[in-house]
Parts: sequence; C-alpha cells; structure tokens
Amino acid sequence: MADSTATPVHGPELLHHFSTAQQQRDAASLGMWLFLGTEIMFFGGMFLAYLIYRLLYFNEFAAGSRSLDIWLGTINTIVLICSSLTVALGVRAAQMGKRKLLVILLLLTLIFGLAFLGIKGVEWYAKYKEHHIPGMSFDAGDLIRDYPQIHIDPAHEQIYFSLYFAMTGLHALHMIIGVGMFTYLLYHSMKGRYGPEYYTPIEMGGLYWHFVDVVWIYLFPLLYLIDRKPLG
Amino acid sequence: MATAVITPERENYLNQEYGIKSWLLTVDHKRIALLYLVSITFFFFIGGFFALLIRLELLTPAGDLVQADTYNKLFTMHGQVMIFFFLIPSIPAVLGNFLVPLMIGAKDLAFPRLNLLSWYLYIIAGALMLHCICTGGVDTGWTFYTPFSTAFSNTKVVEAGVAIFIAGFSSILTGLNFVVTIHRMRAPGMTWDRLPLFIWAHYATSVIQLLGTPVLAITLLLVVFERVFHLGIFDPTRGGDPLLFQHLFWFYSHPAVYIMILPAMAVESEVIACFTRKRIFGYKFVAMSSIAIAVFGFLVWAHHMFVAGISLYSALIFSALSYLVAVPSAIKVFNWTATMYKGSITFTTPMLYAFGFIGLFTMGGLTGLFLAALGIDVHVTDTYFVIAHFHYIMVGGAVMGYLGGLHFWWPKISGRMYPEWLGKFAALIVFLGFNLTFFPQFILGYMGMPRRYWQYPPEFQVLNVLSTAGSTILAVGYVLPMVYFLWSMRYGKPATENPWNAAGLEWKTSSPPPTFNFDQPPVVDFEAYDYEHIPEVEEVPVG
Repeated sequence: MADSTATPVHGPELLHHFSTAQQQRDAASLGMWLFLGTEIMFFGGMFLAYLIYRLLYFNEFAAGSRSLDIWLGTINTIVLICSSLTVALGVRAAQMGKRKLLVILLLLTLIFGLAFLGIKGVEWYAKYKEHHIPGMSFDAGDLIRDYPQIHIDPAHEQIYFSLYFAMTGLHALHMIIGVGMFTYLLYHSMKGRYGPEYYTPIEMGGLYWHFVDVVWIYLFPLLYLIDRKPLG
Repeated sequence: MATAVITPERENYLNQEYGIKSWLLTVDHKRIALLYLVSITFFFFIGGFFALLIRLELLTPAGDLVQADTYNKLFTMHGQVMIFFFLIPSIPAVLGNFLVPLMIGAKDLAFPRLNLLSWYLYIIAGALMLHCICTGGVDTGWTFYTPFSTAFSNTKVVEAGVAIFIAGFSSILTGLNFVVTIHRMRAPGMTWDRLPLFIWAHYATSVIQLLGTPVLAITLLLVVFERVFHLGIFDPTRGGDPLLFQHLFWFYSHPAVYIMILPAMAVESEVIACFTRKRIFGYKFVAMSSIAIAVFGFLVWAHHMFVAGISLYSALIFSALSYLVAVPSAIKVFNWTATMYKGSITFTTPMLYAFGFIGLFTMGGLTGLFLAALGIDVHVTDTYFVIAHFHYIMVGGAVMGYLGGLHFWWPKISGRMYPEWLGKFAALIVFLGFNLTFFPQFILGYMGMPRRYWQYPPEFQVLNVLSTAGSTILAVGYVLPMVYFLWSMRYGKPATENPWNAAGLEWKTSSPPPTFNFDQPPVVDFEAYDYEHIPEVEEVPVG
C-alpha cells in the first residue's frame, strides 16, 4: 500500500497515512491496548457467570476442581510463563537488532505455546474418558462416589464443567490464534524484516501473548485450586 | 460520469479508480463509508418490510394476515435487522467513517485495512442473517431471552446468534478504529477542545462499542453453546439462572441504545451550529455530556428487568441511576435550543430534521423517565407504551439524525446537491408519518395493549388503524430520499466546496474530496464552530 504514495521521508514500513514512524507505532500500540480491553470484557462475562455459580454451587465446583489434574495444570502454568519470558526477550532482541536471537526466541515461544495446547488436549481427553464433557453423556457419578462427604447435584456439576470447557476452550482458541500469529512473525523474522527501526508487530504480538498468559494466570487458581484441602 | 459540467472534473475519491475491484478492495475510508451506505440501506428496507407486515397484521383485531408463529418471527427479525444491521452501524459506519478523518484533518482512519475488514465482517454477518431469514427465521424476540431461546424455540436461534456475534465484531473494530484515530491522527492545532462535537459524540459511542459489545458477544456465544451442547447455564430446571442472561444481555443492550442515539446527537450539533450561524452554546458541556451519557449508560441496565425478579433494592438503585441519564441528555437539548436563540436560522432540509429530532427525542426521553419510575414501569411493562418510547428515540431520534446528516453531507459525499424542495417535503412527510405511527401507541400502551401479540381486543382498533396508516406515510417519506439521492448523483447541481458556508475542516476540501482528503495537510488555527469569522453569503445555494 505504501509504494503507490511513498514520499522520500516514508520508510518501507511506514504506511501512507501516517506522518512519522512514531505516530504509526503509537497508533498500533493504542489499538492493541484497546483490543485487549475488549478481550477483558469478553472474558469478563464468563468470569461473572463463574463467580455467581461458584457462590451458589460451591460443593460441585470444589469436587469438579479436585477432578482436574493439578500437575498438568501447574506444568502448563510454568510453560506459559516461560513463553511470556521468551516473548519479552524477543521484543528486546528486535529492538537491539539481534535478528538471530529473535528467531530463536520466537521459535521457543511457538514451542511453548504448542506444548501448552498439547497438554491441554491431554487434560481434555481425560475429561472425555470420564464423561465430564457437558451434554447428553455427561455423568457425575464418579464424583458422587469419590466424595461421599459432600452433596453433589449432577446438574450443578455440569455447570462447573460447562464453565471449565467454555473458559479453557476460549482461552485455547486465543492460544491457537497466537500460535498462528507467531508463525507469521517467525517467518518474517527469518527474512529479517524486524529490527530497531521497525519492531511494532513483534511488540504487538507480545502484548497479545502476555494477555492470553494473564488470563490463564487467573483461570488456573479459579478452576484448579478451588478447594484442595483433605476432606474430613 | 458523463455530466453537464464543461470543465473536466478534478480528481477525487470517486473518479480516481473505476471498477468493482477498486470498490471491494478499497481501503479509503470514504469508499468504505459508501459500501456501508449501500449495505445498511438494503437492511433498512428489509427491516422496514417486516415493520409494514406487522402494522398490516395489526390493522384488524383478528389474526388474519399472519398467525402467531409468523408474527413472532416478524417482530423478532424486524428488531434484529433494524438494531444490529441498520441502527448500530448507521451513522458511525457511514457518516462517521466518511467524516471522522476529514473533520480532524487526517488522511485516513488509523487502520484502513481493519476498516475494510469490519465491512466484510458486516457483510458476512448480514449474509448469515439473510440466510436465517430465508430459511425460517427466529421467534425469540430480538432479546434472545432464555430459557425460551435455549431450550424451547424451534427456530434458527444459533444462526441468528452467530450472525449478530459477527456483526458485533464489525462494530467493535469500527469503534476501535475511531478511538485510535481521534487520539493519534489529529492535524496540527486540532486540540481536544477544538474538536467538532461530532467527534466527541463519536468518541463516546466508540468507547461504548469497545466496552459493551464484547459482553454481548460472550453472552450470545454462551446461548449458542447452551443450545448446541445443552449446558444448562441459563436453564432454571438445571440450576442455571435466566436472570444472569438478562443481566449480561442488557449490560450491552442498554448502552447499545446510546450507540444508536449519540451519533445522531453528533449530527445535530453540526447541523444546528451551521444553520443558526452560531457557535454551539456551552461547547464543553455538550462535549462532556456525550462522555457522561457513555458512562451513565453502563450503570442503568437493570431497569429493563424491574419485573423480571430482581430484588426491590437493586430495582430502586437502578431506577435512581436511570434518572441520571436525563441530565446529560437535557444538557444537550437545552444547549441546542440556547444555540438557536437569536441565531439566524435557515430552514434547510437538514435543519428540519434537526427540529424534528429535538422534539421527538425530547418526547422519547421524557417518556423514558416514566419508564425509569418503578411504579409506572410495572404498569406499562411489555405494553405499546414501551414500543412507542423507544421508537421515539430510535426512529424519531436516531433515524431523523441519520437522514438529516445524510442530507447535510450529501454534497460532500457525492459532489452533487439534492433537490431542496423535495428534501423539505420528505422531511415533513417523515415527521407527520412518524407521529401518526407512534403517538397512538403511547395511548394504546397506557390503555394496556401488550406488545408482541398478533391479536388484540376490538376497542383498540381505531388507534391501531391510525398507527398503520401512519406507517405507510412514513414509508413514503423514507423511499423519497433514496429516490432523489440516486437521481441527484447524475442530475443534481454540482456542489461547491462549501455549499452551506459551514465551519469545519471537512468543508475546506473539495466536494467530493480527493483520495487523501486534503491537497495540503491542514493546520488548525481556529476554534470549532467559528461562525463569527465566516463571512455571510447572500443566501444558501440550493439545488
């Protein structure tokens, strides 16, 4: 788009309607932050539903939470935090002009992201085997057997798992979009497109990735750690 | 573009490129505005068609034209099409898209490709909605209330939900683009207190779109999930809470009313200043009232749920907060009338629409206070009083604003003048037709005629016949502008750079503007509505 109207002051990455690179970067940054604001509102609806039903049906939420694999959840949390670190370092590498390091860091981020999705898939598969996926074949009988100390209503248990799948599912969808984005960024990094004079896409991709990470930081305790103390 | 003009037309955004590709792949905000204009006009007439069928059915007390099931679909699709595919995008996506960069002296919106994407999302959503309509439609009411929508309705709820979900993203992207553009793309000298009030109101609108629409998105997504996977989140028989759905839904859908009305207020500020030749009285108050409406708008949603089973205490608080919205709305109305006081008023078509807007919006707003009052609301809940109230705001307010704005900026958009006498005539017809359609509904509602029924007791017939008669007059008033706008594109008198002798940057470039809006990057060294310093002309040239 820039080529048809480029004037001498316009660099290859500066779009025609901006007057300076700074203005373009500021616009992209504000746009990304606003977008993340809309994402907070988007997830906010589910967090509200979670809050209400957790207060109403605490026993079922606690039992559902216990049935999740705490180790896989913890490992995934660590994996995701590591990926956020590699992204942050990647932005720094782009700013410093270390193009090779940038490629390595983006590759690591991708691997961490895919590892997270893989582990998540294993967890979902376990839920599938246990008939914990909401719908016609949902069955909370195993939880009722396992936790005779607390009263569990299967319909309310299904609400916990509905929210579990809706929240982790939409989070995973955001991860998949992020993986796609980082594949694109990796490809262009390998072609040497990003450097100290133009690193906005890396920075924006990083912001998005951090946001998805932060959502998980909330999801992990809310879904996995509701009530883990031994039942009396 | 063979025209009667002898001098060759100067290059502008319309004649720079030709061909279907130059339109479908354009990133020019002005061309995208025209793409929106065509597509929302299409949906406006679809929604209007449903409205006419509703009015025809209600001509007689018996259910003779359609039966209950069809009638339920008619009012549902009338609401969904009009709200999500016409009113929400109307002024922002057409006039806002066209004017925001021009008014602040930018070459384009901050993200031109995102702008095009937003139109494509709208088209995908619209196509899905059309498919849904053609293959059976929806009967849940535009509000998708659960558990009816999730557990009982046998119609295309999922498809309509997905369509509106996608349309919501189109709306979010437009809002995001505007906020970034207004923050980052202003011309040198265009400070915040020099911004036209059009920009302030669009800024407030965009903030609502950004904060509200994602909540609608997740709500509709949960409805779709619930319907497809039988989750039970909103199903009371399985421990779910339908009230939660209503809270989430109205958290967006009440502020959405302000997404529809604020841009109309944006238009009125420009039109009134121009045709009274005065700076808007209390500029800062009018600017801030837009922001106040956006903020208060998020605090009042549960007044839609007074009889739905919320506690009396929360109902009391939401009732009190609802009154608060009247304050910034009244500031606007009083300041417009104060602007007109001792102004030299010209009765052009856009100004007639502005007069109509002020009167009808005031009536709609004041009856809104009736509805915010708990006692009266219980009496008129789900009656035609509510219908009349929001049509006074939405049709009498938002559509009047849209039509007025379209006339005001048509010379800039098309480079042609529309026939002024026909414009005034159509404005008059719209005003008369509107009042004849909707004023009887206030009385009907107060007498107790419920909404959403295809039959009614015979004693309501006279007022219903008046309303139906009015709706046909209104339809003529809406078809007329479409006809003469199309006519004027070929035969209208060529417009000068500034046919209204108006203030504002958009009038300082040619009509139609060049692709990058200004030949020289503008520098702003004047205040908004600088009418004291604009020399008078003999008379406003009319087409």
